Amino acid sequence: MQFTVSKRSRNLRLVTAATAVAALVTVAGCSSQSAGGGSSDTGKATASGGAAKKGLTVYFIPKDTQNPYEVLADKGGQKALKELGGKVVVSSGTTDTAAAQIPSVQAAIQAKADAIVIAANDPKALCPSLNQAAKAGIKILSFDSDINCGNSPQHLFINQADTKTIGTTEVDLLAKEINSTGQIAILSAAQSATNQNAWIGYMKQQLKKYPKMKLVTTVYGNDDPATSLNVLKGLISAYPHLKGIISPTTVGISSAAQYLSTHKNVKIALTGLGLPSQMRAYVKDGTVQKFALWDPSKLGYLAGYAAAALASGTATMKTGATFKAGTLGSYKVLAPAGDVGPSVVLGPPTVFDKSNIDNYKF
Amino acid sequence: MTSDVQTAPTGRPDSVQRSIGWRDALRWEGGLVVVLIAVLIFGSAQSSSFLSQSTIFYAGINIGYIALMALPMTFIIMTGEIDLSVASMLGLAGSLMGFLWHHGWGIWPAIIAALVVGALGGALNGVLVAYTALPSIAVTIGTLTLFRGVAQILLGSLTVPGVGDPQFPDSMTKIGTQSIPGGALSYSTVLFLVLALLAGIVLHATPFGRALHAIGLQPEAASFSGVRVAWVKFCLFVVSGLICAVAGVLLTLQNASVSYTAGTGLELNVVAIVLFGGVSIFGGKGTIFGVLLSVIIFGALQMILTQTHVEAEKQLVITGLLLLISVIVANGRELLSRVRSRLAVGGGSR
Amino acid sequence: MTTTETAPKAPVPALTQATAAGRLDALLRAREIGLALAIVVLIALTTAKNTHFLSADSIQQILNGGALIGLMAVGETLVIVTRNVDLSIGSTLGLSAYIVGDLFVHDAIDIWMGFVVGIAIGAVIGLINGLITVVFRVPSLVVTLAMLYAIRGIDGVIVDGKQINASSIPGGYTAIGYQTVLGVPWLFIVVAIIVAIAGYAMRTFRSSRELYAIGSSPQAATLAGIPAARRVLVAFLISGALAGLAGALFLAEYAQVNNNSGTGYELTVVSAVVVGGVAIFGGSGTVFGAALGALLLNTINLALVAARISASWNQAIAGALLLAAIAFDRWLSQRVTRKLRKTEGAHRDI
Repeated sequence: MQFTVSKRSRNLRLVTAATAVAALVTVAGCSSQSAGGGSSDTGKATASGGAAKKGLTVYFIPKDTQNPYEVLADKGGQKALKELGGKVVVSSGTTDTAAAQIPSVQAAIQAKADAIVIAANDPKALCPSLNQAAKAGIKILSFDSDINCGNSPQHLFINQADTKTIGTTEVDLLAKEINSTGQIAILSAAQSATNQNAWIGYMKQQLKKYPKMKLVTTVYGNDDPATSLNVLKGLISAYPHLKGIISPTTVGISSAAQYLSTHKNVKIALTGLGLPSQMRAYVKDGTVQKFALWDPSKLGYLAGYAAAALASGTATMKTGATFKAGTLGSYKVLAPAGDVGPSVVLGPPTVFDKSNIDNYKF
Repeated sequence: MTSDVQTAPTGRPDSVQRSIGWRDALRWEGGLVVVLIAVLIFGSAQSSSFLSQSTIFYAGINIGYIALMALPMTFIIMTGEIDLSVASMLGLAGSLMGFLWHHGWGIWPAIIAALVVGALGGALNGVLVAYTALPSIAVTIGTLTLFRGVAQILLGSLTVPGVGDPQFPDSMTKIGTQSIPGGALSYSTVLFLVLALLAGIVLHATPFGRALHAIGLQPEAASFSGVRVAWVKFCLFVVSGLICAVAGVLLTLQNASVSYTAGTGLELNVVAIVLFGGVSIFGGKGTIFGVLLSVIIFGALQMILTQTHVEAEKQLVITGLLLLISVIVANGRELLSRVRSRLAVGGGSR
Repeated sequence: MTTTETAPKAPVPALTQATAAGRLDALLRAREIGLALAIVVLIALTTAKNTHFLSADSIQQILNGGALIGLMAVGETLVIVTRNVDLSIGSTLGLSAYIVGDLFVHDAIDIWMGFVVGIAIGAVIGLINGLITVVFRVPSLVVTLAMLYAIRGIDGVIVDGKQINASSIPGGYTAIGYQTVLGVPWLFIVVAIIVAIAGYAMRTFRSSRELYAIGSSPQAATLAGIPAARRVLVAFLISGALAGLAGALFLAEYAQVNNNSGTGYELTVVSAVVVGGVAIFGGSGTVFGAALGALLLNTINLALVAARISASWNQAIAGALLLAAIAFDRWLSQRVTRKLRKTEGAHRDI
């Protein structure tokens, strides 16, 4: 999933205020941890990683080095490791392919890293390399987009929000806007994107509760603004009676919002997952009523603490194991379910609308 | 692209082109050897983990399957044509193998089917280029889209092995994690080296190889001297399709999985490796040894730059500059002689 | 000529060379009409399946969507007719779009300057491409391939994980991307004017007609006193400038730019140019054809979605149609050549 950040200035502001963001969101009460304990209101780090070792090296391998969402997440990870006296190496390619990530996994093995945190471009292609890394004693974690390797390697998935909740929330949001009636479509990222496909699976389940809503098609914008816009235009031509679109990717939703805000004659409700900074203008002009997301920098921060805890041996991947994640409080490892192995969930997604969007800076 | 395409208007006259032979080629390779040594010294100085067996193994995993595709590409560019569909063919062959595995086929029938489709896809390119005389750059941009599209139809959102599918056999997927017994080389490296040796012999020591040179330099002349130009080109495209399918199977086994996007966008990397290896885009000139050196240089560079945390975007810049400098240096001598001759004339010609 | 002729066997009236040329011209134009016809047929077929496809909105999309590719196709045509190629345009578009966007983010420029800056960035890159190609006499495919990587890398270094969004760009600027005049999109008008100017110039001015001469035979062109190097340089300059302008327009149309914007456009543009009947070997083809080729490709893409064909099938069908277009074009041009030869032959016999 690609996420996008608005202005450079905003981005910079975020970087400098990364600490404040975490606190802000917590204060706003929009992100109670599903398995969380107390959360600190102060933006100041408390370095409460328990007995986390100093000098840990964690490789963060994002989908690519340019993806704004992942850049935020990586910075969250860097913040976590800094608090713990370790360091983060960010390494990946410029395009979202497994082939571009494999050399980074190899480099982590050769550098004898303590942990790898990866946002997988392919659910399976990275398994052999990551398994080698695990055999070399490196703890493997995934975030944003999970790997699907069975038990080789054992890994912990840092989930942004419960997969099912993400899928059902989006359908529910759209249902309210279109009175649970009419044709709808999904504008996704790449056809092979694991996380999007998982969410779409739950969307389809949830749609059974709304018999009058009909999912006519799923189109793929490949997380490219131009492609997203082109398939959206085709979609509107193909289905003139379309009532709603769900786009569970920030590139898709912002491209669609841009089109709809400039073509007021097209009356289509739009929801999905988007960055508040990017969607603010469209929420204010009424193009989009509600959409959801979580704070990517918190996700990276959580992953950083989880990686440190595993590498220090202060936590395990066993169900029920707990660890402290700095300012976010303490988290519990959830039991494997279906395709997903042991995981930790950041919290429920935040729903944004006119009333609260100004509170979010990311 | 036939030999006369890309002969820039300012391109070198035929006489110059024809006089380029072994000696010039070897000079080029000499330069590559120097570059390689420089890269190796730089690597061992910059990265403590560079000079290790694992680096050799990993480099083989990363570039082996790409290097395989560079071999038939060398032959094709030698004849003045180009094949831009290679990476899509890799994706199609891997996807077909995965598709059949998903539908319960055995591993060997699936692999053989993938290879057959590779040869057939190559034959489609070959027929269109060799027998209907369509420009290969246009044809293979078409098949680039077509092959990838068929791969997408086959697998769509599926990554094989999917839910409920058996894993690919361990005895075969181990090529992604284990080196050959008693060495640091990956299976892909060994396969590449064997095929490179074979390609070198074919290109430099057989009548077929001489025919390739001849076609690249002077297609009409080659034709008059009894070379079946169309047939040779057809065969090359079939071989290219087949080898790319081999690369697709190899990558699928290395990754123990496949999705339809496998290898997307690698076609230009393959072309860059071949050109950096000293093969002339005009056709007619180049050696397998040069391509081999080029492969090693690119493979080593990628390892060093990743090990030393050089950002991927800077790696792109370095790739581009290397390629650019290489062609400029290659033509620098000619430029110098031109400048000299102009100075000798005293600029009085105009 | 061994193939059967469908041309009239009756004695052909004596023709002057001029009318033969006129007829060739007419036939070339017929091909452009053929392309336009293909677009109309495609729209008709799609409308039969989905009546909404013929709506004003939809027509605007067809015109708008092909505009950027069409614009770059104009520059690419200029380069290809001289027997060169420019593969750097996708990266140029990306760099130009991002820099212009970044200047808007910092409120550093007004709307008009956005276009000027975009064109200037492209022109500089085009100049570099042209200079290296001409001065060092290096094949342009290699030069522009290297530039493709280098510029994309530089773009990545500049972008550094940021992205340009609609809210940072002046509303008046993005309006160019979607507003219409009497139902015709602005974007289309801008591109149509440029296509018209370029098309007129290519037919009229001596210097632009010389581009064809250079492409037909570089040696002959040089012997005839055509300043080939200078002409080729200008062709690259224009191609770069138009790609830069396309970048500025990309920013207006999509209002979102990241480090990957424009990736892979070079092959789409070359496809459009080839489908538009420009010979990849240089020497013939028109910018009108290339622009229509771009329009056709875009119509194909939109039609596939509108005809409710599953997304998985899009790419395969687009690839097959591309191959069909190239093959059809070949068949047509062979017929034309045969007819011409016949008329000329008849003329000489008499």
